[in-house]
Amino acid sequence: MSLKEKVQAVIGGDLVELTDFRGDLCAEVPKGRCLQVLTRLKEEGGFDFLSDVIGMDNLHLYEKKKQKKGKKAEEETKPEKQGPPPPRFEVIYLLLSLETGERLQIRVRVPEDDLELPTITGLWRAADWPEREVFDMFGIRFKGHPNLRRLLMWDEFQDHPLRKDYPLEGKGEERHLNYDIG
Amino acid sequence: MGFQAIQGEGWLLAKAEQLINWGRSRSPWPFPYGTACCGIELMCALASGYDMARFGAERVAFTPRQCDVLIVAGTITKKMVPVLKRIYAQMAEPKWVLAVGACACSGGVFRTYSTHQGIGSVIPVDVYIPGCPPRPEGILYALLKLIDKIEADHPLYKQRSKVIEALEAAK
Amino acid sequence: MDLSLNGEGGNSVTKQVETICITTGPIEYSEYVTLNIGPIHPAMHGTLRVITRTDGETIISAKPEIGYLHRGVEKLGENMSYAQFLPITDRLNYCSAICNNVAYEMAVEKLLGIEVPPKAQLIRMIMMELARIADHQVCVGILGVDLGALTPFFYLIIQREEIYEIFEWHHGARLTNSMGAIGGVEADLPDRFHEKWPKLRNTIRKANDETDRLLTHNRIWMDRTIGVNAFCADDALNWGFTGPMLRACGVGRDLRKDEPYLMYDKIKFDIPTGKHGDVFDRYMVRMLEMEESVKIIDQAYQLYKEFPDDAPLMKKVPKIIRPPEGQIYHAIESPNGELGFFIKSDGSDKPYRIKIRPPCYMVYQAFEDLVKGEMISDLIACLSSINVIAGELDR
Ligand code: SF4
Repeated sequence: MSLKEKVQAVIGGDLVELTDFRGDLCAEVPKGRCLQVLTRLKEEGGFDFLSDVIGMDNLHLYEKKKQKKGKKAEEETKPEKQGPPPPRFEVIYLLLSLETGERLQIRVRVPEDDLELPTITGLWRAADWPEREVFDMFGIRFKGHPNLRRLLMWDEFQDHPLRKDYPLEGKGEERHLNYDIG
Repeated sequence: MGFQAIQGEGWLLAKAEQLINWGRSRSPWPFPYGTACCGIELMCALASGYDMARFGAERVAFTPRQCDVLIVAGTITKKMVPVLKRIYAQMAEPKWVLAVGACACSGGVFRTYSTHQGIGSVIPVDVYIPGCPPRPEGILYALLKLIDKIEADHPLYKQRSKVIEALEAAK
Repeated sequence: MDLSLNGEGGNSVTKQVETICITTGPIEYSEYVTLNIGPIHPAMHGTLRVITRTDGETIISAKPEIGYLHRGVEKLGENMSYAQFLPITDRLNYCSAICNNVAYEMAVEKLLGIEVPPKAQLIRMIMMELARIADHQVCVGILGVDLGALTPFFYLIIQREEIYEIFEWHHGARLTNSMGAIGGVEADLPDRFHEKWPKLRNTIRKANDETDRLLTHNRIWMDRTIGVNAFCADDALNWGFTGPMLRACGVGRDLRKDEPYLMYDKIKFDIPTGKHGDVFDRYMVRMLEMEESVKIIDQAYQLYKEFPDDAPLMKKVPKIIRPPEGQIYHAIESPNGELGFFIKSDGSDKPYRIKIRPPCYMVYQAFEDLVKGEMISDLIACLSSINVIAGELDR
C-alpha cells in the first residue's frame, strides 16, 4: 500500500485535498476535525513522531494570484465570482513515521476571524514550544495549551511579527522597553 | 607640594598617572559577553592557540564587578538591550567596551524587527572591530589598540578640577 | 559554583514569576527559592536563561526563557532571494555552519527538482563530517569546562584550529563558511587537503584519545555524569528528540542511515547508541561519533579520488532562482540532530515562507523534565550536554 492510499484510508472522509509535490505529501483537513485526524494518524497510521508545527500567513499569496490573473485576462473575462476567499492563516503539522520513515504534512486552514485551534500537546509533547511560537508569530491561539505565552518576543510586545502585513524592521513597539537602567 | 604638582602638569602627577596606566594596561581583565557566533571566535582568541592572556587578559572574569573590559561579541537583540545596560552599569570604574563583530557594531546582516542596530547607541564603546566574525587576530589587535588607549589616558588629570575643589574646600 | 544573579533580565518575567510564587503557591512552597540563572552567565552558553525554583539544592522546577537571540531570520528570509539567504544560514548553528548551508542548499535543490553532481556530493559530505567533528569537539570541550575540567578543552580547541584551516583553504572563512551554492559546490577540495588529511586524521584521533584518557575513567567525571538526568526513549520520542540526545537514550535513529541523502548509503559506518540517556552516554555518543566521522571521511575520500580532476562540480541553475509553486520539507542530520528546512515558494524569486526546524529547540523544551529533581550543578551539566546553540534555538 503506497503512502497515498494509506493516508486516504486513515483520514477517510475528512480529507479535503491531497497534494503531492516532489514526493512531499500534504493532506488538508478541515479545522474542526484536525485533532481527531491527528489522533487517528498517530494511533492507526503509525505516524508517531511530530517534527514541527509551522504557521503561515497567506495574505500576499492570494493578492499576488489575483493580480496575475487580473493582468492576463482583464478584458476577456470579468474575474468570475468565487466563494469567499480562502482563510488567511494555515498551520502545518509535519509528521513522521519512525518505522517506515515516511513523512506527511497535515495542513489546517485557519480563518482570520476565528484564530483558534485545539492543542495537540496531549498527543505529542513536542508541540509545546512550536505552538507557542505560532501563537507568538501569528497570533493563532491553541485551545487547551498548558502555557500559552509568548516564546521569542518579550511579553509586552503587541504585534505578531511573522504576519505578512508586519514590516521587516518593525513598527517600533519596543519603545516601552526600559533602556534607561544604567 | 602635592597641591602644586596637581595644579600644573606636574612631575608627580605625570609619574602617578604613568604608574596607574601601567597597571591598568597590563591587566585588562575581560568579561566575555558572547551571545552569538562572534562568541565562538572570542572563545578561540581566549583559548590556547591565540591565547589572549599574553596581553594581560589573563583572568577571564565571569562577574561584571571584577572586570575592566566588557567584550560584547555577538548580536544584541532588543530583548537583550536592558540586560546589556545593566551589566554595563554593574561594572566598576574604570571600564572599557570592545564591540566585536558587525552585529555589535551596527546590527550586521540582521536588519530586522528584533535586532538592535549597534550597541553604540546604548553604551559607550571604545574599540569597534568589524568582521562577521572578526578573526581572533582581529580581536587581539583590538585589545592592543585598547591598551594603547589606556596608556594615553590621563586618569588623574581628568579629575584635577575635582581634586582642587576638594583641597580648596579643605583649606 | 557561583550562581549569583548575574544580570537578571530587564523585562517583567522575573517579577511575574515571583508574584506567582507569592500569591498562588501553597504554604509549603514558601520555603522554595526562586533562582534566576542567566541570560548572561558563564554556564549559560551566551543567551539562555533558566528560572529555577529550588528546595535547598534540589530543583523543583526550571523554566527556560528563550528569545534573547531572536534575530528574525525567518522574516529576513522572506525578504531575500534564495541565494542571498545562504549566508544567513551560517548564523544558525555557528559551531557547524556547513551543515546548515548544505541543509538549505539541499532543500532548495529539492524544490527545484535537481540533483547535484556526485563529486560535489562527496565534497559536501567530507566538509560536513569535518564540521561535525568540530561541533562535537566544542560540545565535549565545553562540557568539560562547565564541569571543571579545563584541560581537554585546550587539547580539543587546538585540534579544531586545524579543521578550520581546511575550511579556510576551501572557501575562505573559518566560522561562517557559506560553503557551496545552490546546485553544487564552488571549488574542488584544496590541493593541500591531500597532504593534510592523513596527518589530520591522526591528530584528531590523538586528541580524542587524550580527552578519553583524561575524562572517561576519571572518578570525578564519572560521579558528575553517570546517572545524571537519565531520560527514557519513549519520553524522548514524545518530546521530539533527535540526534545524539536520542541516540544516547538507546534509539539508533540517524537520518544518514534512515533517510540517506547525498552518498551516505554507499558508506559503511556505525551508529553509536547509549542506554540510559544520561550525561555520560551523551558524552560517549559524541566521542564515538567523531570516530565514525573520521571513518566516513576516509571512505568518502576514497570514492572522491575515483573522479577525474575536471569532473563537474556545479549543476546549471538559472541566475535568478524561481522555483515552481509548492512547499517542501527537507531534513538532514546535523551534529545536534534533525535539521530541517521547510520552504514554501509562490513562484517568485523570494521564498514565501522559510521555517527552520532546529534540533536543539525540541530538546531544550523538555528541559524542565530533564532536570527536575536533580541538583543545581547537574543542571549545568545537562545544559552543556544538550549542546544548545542559541543562534539556532531562537533564530
Ligand atoms: S557579526 Fe556575524 S559572526 Fe558576529 S554575531 Fe553577528 S552574525 Fe554572528
